[in-house]
Amino acid sequence: MSMTEAALNPVDPGYPPGRHPDLPPPSMTVGPVGWLRKNLFSSIGNTLLTVATLYLLWLVVPPVLDWAIFDANFGATSKAECVLPGACWAVVEVRFDQFMYGFYDAGQTWRVNLAGILLIVAVAPLLFDKVPYRRHLVWFSLVYPFIAFWLLVGGLGLEYEPTSKWGGLLVTIVSGVVGIGASLPIGILLALGRRSKLPVLRMACIGFIEFVRGVPLITILFMSSVMLPLFLPEGVTFDKFLRALIGVALFASAYMAEVVRGGLQAIPKGQYEAAMALGLGYWRAMYLIILPQALRIVIPGIVNTFIGLFKDTTLLLIIGIFDLLGIARAAVSDANWLGLHTETYVFVGLIFFICCFGMSRYSLYLEKKLRVGHRR
Amino acid sequence: MAESSVATPAAEKASGDPVIQIRAMHKWYGQFHVLKNINLDVVRGERIVICGPSGSGKSTLIRCINRLEEYQQGQIVVDGVLLNDNLRNIAEIRSEVGMVFQHFNLFPHLTVLENCTLAPIWVRKTPKKEAEETALHYLTRVKIPDQANKYPGQLSGGQQQRVAIARSLCMNPKIMLFDEPTSALDPEMIAEVLDVMVNLAESGMTMVCVTHEMGFARRVAHRVIFMDRGEIIEQNSPEEFFNNPQSDRTKLFLSQILHN
Repeated sequence: MSMTEAALNPVDPGYPPGRHPDLPPPSMTVGPVGWLRKNLFSSIGNTLLTVATLYLLWLVVPPVLDWAIFDANFGATSKAECVLPGACWAVVEVRFDQFMYGFYDAGQTWRVNLAGILLIVAVAPLLFDKVPYRRHLVWFSLVYPFIAFWLLVGGLGLEYEPTSKWGGLLVTIVSGVVGIGASLPIGILLALGRRSKLPVLRMACIGFIEFVRGVPLITILFMSSVMLPLFLPEGVTFDKFLRALIGVALFASAYMAEVVRGGLQAIPKGQYEAAMALGLGYWRAMYLIILPQALRIVIPGIVNTFIGLFKDTTLLLIIGIFDLLGIARAAVSDANWLGLHTETYVFVGLIFFICCFGMSRYSLYLEKKLRVGHRR
Repeated sequence: MAESSVATPAAEKASGDPVIQIRAMHKWYGQFHVLKNINLDVVRGERIVICGPSGSGKSTLIRCINRLEEYQQGQIVVDGVLLNDNLRNIAEIRSEVGMVFQHFNLFPHLTVLENCTLAPIWVRKTPKKEAEETALHYLTRVKIPDQANKYPGQLSGGQQQRVAIARSLCMNPKIMLFDEPTSALDPEMIAEVLDVMVNLAESGMTMVCVTHEMGFARRVAHRVIFMDRGEIIEQNSPEEFFNNPQSDRTKLFLSQILHN
């Protein structure tokens, strides 16, 4: 029998044609070994890169950990007590309340804490759909701004705390949350306006968006704090912080409008026509059909704008409002704590990082969750 | 002979009561004259197939009937309501006229069932439970009740188009418009959609279909309309239309579509 005949008439393999049983994969291609081979040592170049990276990490990570934790001074009350070679966290510990609340009365800070806890309760049902009693909690979310305003500002039995005393994380969170909460709806309306068929409305929206995008945030903050009072009649004045908040919210809205417009343009015309053909009006078509799809597409862009806005609130320092970074700058210029820039800025940077990273992770979670429904 | 047969097939079914009346209607896209002097009456229960070469304005014509396109001259009256700039009239017409698109245009972020119940709930204010029962009834009628909780992206083209038909039927429309419902489908899926449409035709629905499915036209149409370059060139009963076309353009079109 020749080779070809043998190939054509193989020995009975023990299973019918087309029913080859699954064999286990070769051991080097799966499991931890397989992962290492595939991801870290797949070629000579990659192996070199892996080794070099490990060496760099070994150079950088241990000293940083030593400085921040193992050789650091905890529990000191002044700079003189910091004897270990690592970080002197005393500056953060002693001034912790200022970092959190600014110059809010020490006896009243429970109001800020309570507002913070309630913020979590109010935001959770908006962010996650598995929150218990979600339908009822959404009502709480709607009234939360009023409760928070009352708690933070005072009145109706609570001591009045003017916004000029606010500072630190309180200011950062308030301006971030107000900016985010206001810029999304305003941005959506601006984006719809910009695509409207009504010429006056469209021109107004384009004008607003292009003007706001064309100037730096600092300009808008200066306008709100210095210029606006000049135009208001004598005696009419309103809170500087409130003016700054409005400025920040409008600034973010213009960017948000362009992000949302990108999403609106990605929706095929057929979706709009199908909605119209079913008798849905403009607003219902937008609310039920177009926006849910458009916003889903631009989640990364929206969160990007949110993160940018959150970090932009540090510019409030320019008009004399002490946000978290502003308080940090005040702390390092204090003669008692001279030379402790690193500790202060690391602490502040860490707080910003936690907030921004949290937003970024949430956006990934949301994308993943929504993709399930949108599967093709 | 040709003249008389224009009226007969419609007349046998007609209740004498036109639901769509188009009178001397013209439409331009900028400088381009898309529809020229269109006159068309559709009576209740009548089934019309519109065919013609691409760019002849047939899709534009039926999109004018539910005002997805505006017209500039003449008038269209649908179910006794004049289509003009009055937004209330437009909304009223649209909820009475179902439309099926070439590319289905299902809402990808909603399940099949939600696609079907959305308009009844929000436009007709039907209670959710009742809307879902109606939706399941029509999904059964288009033979896909078991897909109700899937998303459109998980269905085949033929299934999606059947969902689109069910979605329109859920509004209980008086008229159904079909804009090349099978043109975007793979050949093996065309039959399942046409089956549903034949079924619908047998139930007495008033239908205006733009399609190249001449077998369908022969089988269900009362009248076939041939359009070219924005004009209605010829209209006749299917038999007369296919066996005895009058104009040269119709003959040319038929020879192209039937012999390739």
